[in-house]
Amino acid sequence: MTTAAQLIDATKKYGSVEALKGVSLDIELGDVVAMLGPNGAGKTTSISLLLGLRKPTSGKAVLFGMDPTNVSARSRVGVMLQESGVPQMLKVSEIVDLFRSYYPDPLPRERAIAMAGLEEKANSLVKELSGGQRQRLYFALAVCGNPDVLFLDEPTVGMDVEGRRSFIERIAEFAHLGKTVVLTTHYLEEADQLARRVIVIDRGVVIADAPPAEIKSRVAGKRVRFVAPALDEKDLQGLPVSAVTIKDHSVQLLTNQPEAVLRELFQRGVQIAELEVSGADLEDAFIALTTH
Amino acid sequence: MLVRQTRAEFLKLWRVPAFSATSLLLPIVFYAFIGIGQASQVLQGTHVTFGAYFLASMSVYSVANVMIFSFGISVATERGMKTDLLMRATPLPPLVYLLSRCITAIVFAALTLAVLFPFAYIAGGVRLEAEQWFTLAYRVLLGSIPFIALGFAIGYLSGPNSAVAVINLIYLPTAFASGLFFPKQLLPQIIQNVSPYLPLYRFGQLGWDAVGAPTSESVSTDWLYLAGYGIVFFAIAIWAYRREESRKFS
Repeated sequence: MTTAAQLIDATKKYGSVEALKGVSLDIELGDVVAMLGPNGAGKTTSISLLLGLRKPTSGKAVLFGMDPTNVSARSRVGVMLQESGVPQMLKVSEIVDLFRSYYPDPLPRERAIAMAGLEEKANSLVKELSGGQRQRLYFALAVCGNPDVLFLDEPTVGMDVEGRRSFIERIAEFAHLGKTVVLTTHYLEEADQLARRVIVIDRGVVIADAPPAEIKSRVAGKRVRFVAPALDEKDLQGLPVSAVTIKDHSVQLLTNQPEAVLRELFQRGVQIAELEVSGADLEDAFIALTTH
Repeated sequence: MLVRQTRAEFLKLWRVPAFSATSLLLPIVFYAFIGIGQASQVLQGTHVTFGAYFLASMSVYSVANVMIFSFGISVATERGMKTDLLMRATPLPPLVYLLSRCITAIVFAALTLAVLFPFAYIAGGVRLEAEQWFTLAYRVLLGSIPFIALGFAIGYLSGPNSAVAVINLIYLPTAFASGLFFPKQLLPQIIQNVSPYLPLYRFGQLGWDAVGAPTSESVSTDWLYLAGYGIVFFAIAIWAYRREESRKFS
């Protein structure tokens, strides 16, 4: 496999804030990678370094073996950035044509617009688009150059459930062409649906880098949920669990030994109701990984 | 790429009537109000009509106006919208981007002259030698370069909402003080003392000289002054650009 993008022991400080504390990662051609992490974990900073929008304080960022600011490296990359704007007074078709002209071998204009589902808005001015349509326009701009790698920073932020679902399908479609996709998100189901590899970043450090299934199995096999009105905190001490969340009186535990946990709880005389034991999903794994 | 970018930059400005209408029409409105009434009067001690003199004033005014506004507003808006972030992630070379904007501004400036010249010819009865028309046009286009830098500097130093106000606050008073609306001799003495040091005054002299009106110094002195201002403005623009770079992109 060929390396598309690489961070080598990269750190990034903004003033006294250390956003990245030595991150190394290789993104191979054909990878579909989701970067997960809470807000402020360092996802956007990682992407900015890979795109050459920011410079690492120490370490290195490499794009197709070159400096990320290199024009020929960039011509193989399409991007969707958080909170970036586009000129308001251009029509959708005009701005897609403009961005196509930046790339050596772009997609046909109609194809790019269709991939984003914006056929009906092709002749509208950008300022007339709704929030969701604008997000799709950014997607059209990201794919119109027929890039090898697509970087998507929180692409579905602000969309409703239906909008997110169809958007994820569009990204998957693009990935099926054999393209590399790197997306950051904090919608965990997106990572689960789309990615073949999940990188979990927390407080500027990579804390997991594996296929979604492996991450799920690594942390916790089962999720145990119940309601315990008279629960005392010390009732849960010493249990073989990887994460505990208590909200009001409902308790959620992640564990590989649900039977042992329950046996112990009953022996301690804890009164529980509405017991539910299920397989942990990626969200649980994520909670377990980022709980300190 | 350059052609597409230039086309896009042009459309972006063209579709903002606050810019396109004011830069194309305002000069002829001023010309109609101030110039036409006394267009045929000959300036004291010369053969030059006030119509021709004021045509030179308005040419300078409108072209410098296009340069400062088009760059100032587009840079400031782009920063406000964070378009600069996205543009930087594309393979578009920054030089092509810059060049496309310069071409757009020059096209706009040429358009304002293409509206103003015939208007002065027809409504103001201005008759110049072919060579004088040409000299006036190329001098105002060439002499406007320092104002490009000034527009850039203001675009980087002011916010997206304040850019227009900042430009108007600087540009309109200095245009008056430089004698672009009323001949310098009619201004208060204190302003007359200052005006020779204003970049727009030096720019204006190039225009007045082109139509044969008398000026206080030689044309080469005016070019030298303008070049000096150009260097200062470019230095400020580059400083402002670097400041922005180190804040947002380092």
